[in-house]
Amino acid sequence: MDSNVNHASAVTVNQQLFKQGAEARLFTGSFFGRKTIVKERFSKKYRHPELDERLTKERMRAELKGLMRCKNIGIWTPAVYFVGSKSNTVHMELLENVDTVNIYIGKLLMGCVDGSCDVQCTNKLKQLAEEVGITVGKMHLAGIIHGDLTTSNILIDTTNVENESTKPKLALIDFGLSHVDNSAEDKGVDLYVLERALTSTFSNIPWFFDIVLTSYRGTYTSGGEEVFKKLEEIRLRGRKRTMIG
Amino acid sequence: MVIVMGMEGSANKVGVGIIKDGEVLSNPRKTYITPPGEGFQPAETARHHQGVIIELVDKAIKEAKIKPEELDVICYTKGPGMGAPLVVVAIVARTLAQLWNKPIIGVNHCIGHIEMGRAITGAQNPTVLYVSGGNTQIIAYANKRYRIFGETIDIAVGNCLDRFARILKLSNDPSPGYNIEQMAKKGKKLLQLPYVVKGMDVSFSGLLSFIEERYNSLKKQYTPEDLCFSLQETVFAMLVETTERAMAHTGSQEVLVVGGVGCNERLQKMLEQMCLERNAKCFATDERFCIDNGAMIAQAGLEMFNAGVRTPWEETFCTQRYRTDDVEAVWRTD
Ligand SMILES: Nc1ncnc2c1ncn2[C@@H]1O[C@H](COP(=O)(O)OP(=O)(O)OP(=O)(O)O)[C@@H](O)[C@H]1O
Ligand SMILES: Nc1ncnc2c1ncn2[C@@H]1O[C@H](COP(=O)(O)OP(=O)(O)OP(=O)(O)O)[C@@H](O)[C@H]1O
Ligand SMILES: [Mg+2]
Ligand SMILES: [Mg+2]
Repeated sequence: MDSNVNHASAVTVNQQLFKQGAEARLFTGSFFGRKTIVKERFSKKYRHPELDERLTKERMRAELKGLMRCKNIGIWTPAVYFVGSKSNTVHMELLENVDTVNIYIGKLLMGCVDGSCDVQCTNKLKQLAEEVGITVGKMHLAGIIHGDLTTSNILIDTTNVENESTKPKLALIDFGLSHVDNSAEDKGVDLYVLERALTSTFSNIPWFFDIVLTSYRGTYTSGGEEVFKKLEEIRLRGRKRTMIG
Repeated sequence: MVIVMGMEGSANKVGVGIIKDGEVLSNPRKTYITPPGEGFQPAETARHHQGVIIELVDKAIKEAKIKPEELDVICYTKGPGMGAPLVVVAIVARTLAQLWNKPIIGVNHCIGHIEMGRAITGAQNPTVLYVSGGNTQIIAYANKRYRIFGETIDIAVGNCLDRFARILKLSNDPSPGYNIEQMAKKGKKLLQLPYVVKGMDVSFSGLLSFIEERYNSLKKQYTPEDLCFSLQETVFAMLVETTERAMAHTGSQEVLVVGGVGCNERLQKMLEQMCLERNAKCFATDERFCIDNGAMIAQAGLEMFNAGVRTPWEETFCTQRYRTDDVEAVWRTD
């Protein structure tokens, strides 16, 4: 790092809150001229201080590892610029002109009458579903479990989405619950989390997740089938639970 | 003016409640209590319910100061729950409906918890944390259905508490969870336990087997009070965290906690604290309405009755598996 640079002004954080997630506050800022997101894991007053400290540290570590591992295998993730280990902050690249997939699907469906899509909207959704399947398939092939694979944690580049011939460009974020594991179980749970995030919010496009699964299995040919079987088992668990025993 | 009788007995509690419009007129309940270290089994539980249900009906009617003729509809729990106890209640409900010549409505138990909570607290459109012996779900309403955003991928949190209480041989009277709560108040030392959240889902089976396997050595270093304290701090933090994640995901600013575990004051405190930090509102009720009871079935039944729902005679059976999101919430107009 250039020793002549004045750190106080080279690294800035805007006071105004950018977003409040479940476990962190996000601010915008800059790092040596680059626009950043500063994700601050603040302590949760509701939980025991020892537990809080343990979880915060675990998740900081998991977030950094997850972002790096995904970047290494060619998945688009924000670059990490700086880690404040005392303040529990990560300064990372601000991805500009993006929507969460959650918001994006909502916008697409809003343009359709009665929630039933026209051809153009359907095509966009299909392309998106395929790309989601490919991205998650790649990640699982590398043994990375996301741990919180909801549609709020997948971002889509909105600069070129109007163009039908270009594939949607997706980024993965929020790796605080991620870990490395090659078991079909954890991968199945990742898919289950994604499925429910989709079906609970967008109940009128049940085919969306089917396309995700098809392209997932097409990408992750060595293990996708086994994960798919596991997913079916996990879905049943929710329905078969009993209170005896 | 609509007067509804609701009958519930899907697990070890059996209750009869009478509601007039939104007002609870009576709500007596009895609990089948097993000795310390033992859970309740379907056949014995059903027998218990059989023995007390008629006196509960009598009591509910007397306390409500109404005559059976004044009832507009009889509602019973259709499921989910344990088969044999469910059947006991359904048979009595069907018999009374015939005898008094009233329409009948089969109610989803989980919906009963939600609608009772909404009615008592006045929460409009909350994210619901439903925590009991058989269920652990994070629910939000959209498009005529209560949709499940998160849930346990193995055992329910109440089941985890109850089985833990059995390891420690705590009393089941009035409930294992209540006794854990009292002991936890005196606990100090936090034992590090497996903490498992996956997105909006939780898992408790690993934590339970962790304690099961090590109990003999753990009890040398930790008092039973410490263990109760550690268990509560850990599992409740998991519940609050996933609830908060669901709120962040849906943009919701209200939480309602329902189900037997929901009357735990430590859990309620933690939810309130979480809400305070994100400018949201927290709603909870006490054990009269959190723990399974007849009025909650009457309240959901009232909503259904007003929306024109009646259960045809051929469909007045029970079902052990009956998902919250299987029900179309026709009474909700938002
Ligand atoms: N690098 C980034 N560039 C642009 N937007 C981002 C970036 N990181 C996060 N965001 C936005 O901020 C939101 C919250 O971020 P993130 O998911 O990391 O926080 P969180 O507190 O872990 O959330 P969660 O509620 O999922 O636990 C994201 O949904 C996204 O909209
Ligand atoms: N104060 C308390 N703190 C924690 N748990 C409690 C408390 N009181 C009761 N419980 C727990 O609540 C559970 C019982 O909940 P409830 O009466 O709602 O339903 P249930 O019989 O489990 O049925 P269902 O799952 O179908 O709703 C038991 O696990 C009991 O230990
Ligand atoms: Mg997130
Ligand atoms: Mg219950």
